[in-house]
Amino acid sequence: MNQPGAAQTQELVTATPSFAMLRTLSLVAGLSGFLVVLAYQITLPMIEENKRIAIERALFKVIPGAVSRRDFMVTAQGIVPADDSTGEGTLIYAGYDEQGRLSGVALEAAAQGYQDVIRILYSFDPACQCIRGIQVLKMAETPGIGDKISKDPQFQENFVELDARLSADGSTLANDIHMVKHGTKTKPWQIDAISGATISSRAVARMLNDSAQQMVPKIVADLDQLQDADRGTE
Amino acid sequence: MKRPDQEEKVTADTFLRGLWEENPVFVMLLGMCPVLAVTNSAINALAMGLATTFVLLFSSSLVSLLRKLIPKQVRIATYIVIIATFVTIVDYSIQAISLDLYNALGAFIQLIVVNCIILGRAEAYASKQRLGATVVNSLGMGVGFTIALLCLGSVREILGAGSLFGFPLFAENFQPWVVMILPPGGFFVLGGWLLLFNGYRQYRERKLMEQQGATASGS
Repeated sequence: MNQPGAAQTQELVTATPSFAMLRTLSLVAGLSGFLVVLAYQITLPMIEENKRIAIERALFKVIPGAVSRRDFMVTAQGIVPADDSTGEGTLIYAGYDEQGRLSGVALEAAAQGYQDVIRILYSFDPACQCIRGIQVLKMAETPGIGDKISKDPQFQENFVELDARLSADGSTLANDIHMVKHGTKTKPWQIDAISGATISSRAVARMLNDSAQQMVPKIVADLDQLQDADRGTE
Repeated sequence: MKRPDQEEKVTADTFLRGLWEENPVFVMLLGMCPVLAVTNSAINALAMGLATTFVLLFSSSLVSLLRKLIPKQVRIATYIVIIATFVTIVDYSIQAISLDLYNALGAFIQLIVVNCIILGRAEAYASKQRLGATVVNSLGMGVGFTIALLCLGSVREILGAGSLFGFPLFAENFQPWVVMILPPGGFFVLGGWLLLFNGYRQYRERKLMEQQGATASGS
């Protein structure tokens, strides 16, 4: 009399879950997949647009007078427009003024800061062979101390016309860009540090020097490629 | 604190419990990680609160709808999948709304997945209650969480940056307490609010006891 009841209970305990578990998990997983793909599809164009606006806003800030831009790729074979390039290379952005003349080239540089890697966008002006502006793209420096690199007006003045002339043979910079203690800047290729934020200031100087030593000779050598803005994007 | 095991009727208390009696931050002390990390400005706190509320509301509703279908053995896995889905949607939406905001909130948007407030609501409430009660209750919890984050965020921004929602409040010569927007400031301000909250709670309880004592001796 007791037997069938016990068997039934046991059957209930073991039989229900595996089917129910499969059914529920696949239902939930399917629903979840559908919702995620839907959200991705809807937001993708907006996210891309936001990223483009963010780059452009930074770009037109670092290149004085620029109103349009074209993307190029610096490869081992020289500079090619980014659309035509297939190989590996570094992306650079050329900015043009209203007459379509080249007003500067913007490049990305990065180095380890106090907390995390600092990424900046800076512009090189071939006319004066100098660095004309920097814009911090991403950093995690201490608020109120290291993050002054993005807004301190005195520090920003370093990059109004930071000397980046090439050496006689055109393979490197004539003078290393380096940081000096606050208030002791004497040469146009020196960066006056922010007092109290030496590590962040040095990181900016180091990334500018590393990037400029490498990229400026290539840009100057292939400047003709960058000159015309006819195919420029608005 | 009530822990309803039976389906309960929707009352004002269903909503208000999350704001005061069971406030997730000031009473239950849940979700401390985003509470301390992203409240360095009022706008970050508001965005984090709203994002959490959205995830809380939708994941609890779905859990409540599916509560009869979810076997006990896989309930946690199911909850996590549901929560992760809505977190991903919020993640994409915030990127679409503002990249600056997305960068300011950092990894904490993705980390809503493991926010114990949401999992706690799913386990302790949504899995046992009807949809209506769940929506009202989790909305209350979300609003309570958002208010708590705003309490911290605005105090930290006012003291640490001299502004509120980015608008400067003081004259030029105000020297901000930078420490308040740094991690230690989060602990200071949270401690301050907890002191205030619990002090008031004890004061009210004492008042109530005295009243009862008065009526007892009077009779």
